[in-house]
Amino acid sequence: MIDLPFIYDAFVQLCSGIPLTLQLMAVSVASGAVLAIALAAMRLSSWPPLDLLARIYIFIFRGTPLLVQLYLIYYGLSQFPELRKTFLWPFLREAYWCAAFALALNTAAYSAEIIRGGVLSVPAGQIEAARAYGMSGLTLIRRIIAPQALRQMLPGYSNEVILMVKSTALASTITMMEVTGLAAKLISATYRPVEIFIAAGAIYLLLNFIVSRLFKLFEYRLSAAQRQPIYRRAAGENA
Amino acid sequence: MDMLKATGVTLCVALSGFAAGAVFGCLSAAASFSSLRALRALADGYTTILRGIPDLLVIYLFYFGSSAVLSQLGALFGSEGFISAPVILTGALAIGVVSGAYQAEVYRGAVLALSKGEIEAARAYGMPNHLLFRRIILPQATRFAIPGVGNVWQLVLKESALISVVGLIELMRQAQIGAGSTRKPFTFFLTAAVLYLLISFVSGVLFRIAEKRAMRGIRRAV
Repeated sequence: MIDLPFIYDAFVQLCSGIPLTLQLMAVSVASGAVLAIALAAMRLSSWPPLDLLARIYIFIFRGTPLLVQLYLIYYGLSQFPELRKTFLWPFLREAYWCAAFALALNTAAYSAEIIRGGVLSVPAGQIEAARAYGMSGLTLIRRIIAPQALRQMLPGYSNEVILMVKSTALASTITMMEVTGLAAKLISATYRPVEIFIAAGAIYLLLNFIVSRLFKLFEYRLSAAQRQPIYRRAAGENA
Repeated sequence: MDMLKATGVTLCVALSGFAAGAVFGCLSAAASFSSLRALRALADGYTTILRGIPDLLVIYLFYFGSSAVLSQLGALFGSEGFISAPVILTGALAIGVVSGAYQAEVYRGAVLALSKGEIEAARAYGMPNHLLFRRIILPQATRFAIPGVGNVWQLVLKESALISVVGLIELMRQAQIGAGSTRKPFTFFLTAAVLYLLISFVSGVLFRIAEKRAMRGIRRAV
């Protein structure tokens, strides 16, 4: 029933979609992170209107399906012919940039809350102590808040990045030929959904496995202070 | 007005997918506590795989796969040609299988959050397993599970939009149709977004009420 050579064949064909999947993910995660930092700063600001603005942004982007956001940008913006004259048009004309844009806006909303959680987890006493030492705002962020917040938010952020890897599949609905797009094309060409599904699923599992390992490694590197000294682990104590 | 009717379809698919997911989730969570290693491995594989691949892929699999299976079955009984399952069924099932994986983890976590002493105490009282489950585990695990289940519901609601790609006329598809016939895509997709926002807002409020109700009589430190 299951045809291994065919699965292998499909796997090889689908692999040509991996670069696009990874590119979409990398572009949107990177630009989403920048936006997320700005949003998190707004959420944490003491000026209420800024906080409110960020809250509304997060509420909207977390409360609506990514597919709606994607279609709003890709199909919806064409309703405004004025946009064609602006500098944005060369970007918004391309399905690629629309997908990257929608993914970035979406992930920024989720990541902002993760970053906020990380920042809030830094003990208030440390911040007070740093202030008492006369550290200025930027030094305080660089030396005290950022390193600790980064470590705290890594597990949550790795979830978000894995979600993004999966979300890139939605780009296939606006004509992008990444792994899922290729899979859908192959399915309708060969009409063997199960085998192709197995091949595509294996690719995503592999990608997500690598992402989660990388984050684990990064977390391990950043948490040197929390680790037990090697001699104690060698003595047979549980880490 | 078609948009409102389509909202009904969205709610219907999301709810039935969610309910199916609750069944899969309970089964998988139960399997993960089983003393049989094979069952535990099965539950682990299910949650890992279904959470690791895109939902869109699962929807495609169910859509194309179900009609392939049905057509083969039909051929077995002598009918010729192509039989397809109703999209609403395969869609709800696809959502059910995916959300089941997420719900399984929520339920597993909720049961693990029970204090061990209570279970041991119930055993010491001589409670048989089903009584232990009904009196001790279920009431408390439900309470612990509510926030997680609320999250999964929001996910399911947003996943239901993906079924539009296989042609079910729910909110998203209806917006596409409207956008196509009026050439006002922004207006229609924005309306869809607002309706989704409304559903997720209302269900968020409902879950908060449910949590409050479940937490009554519990002393909280913070």
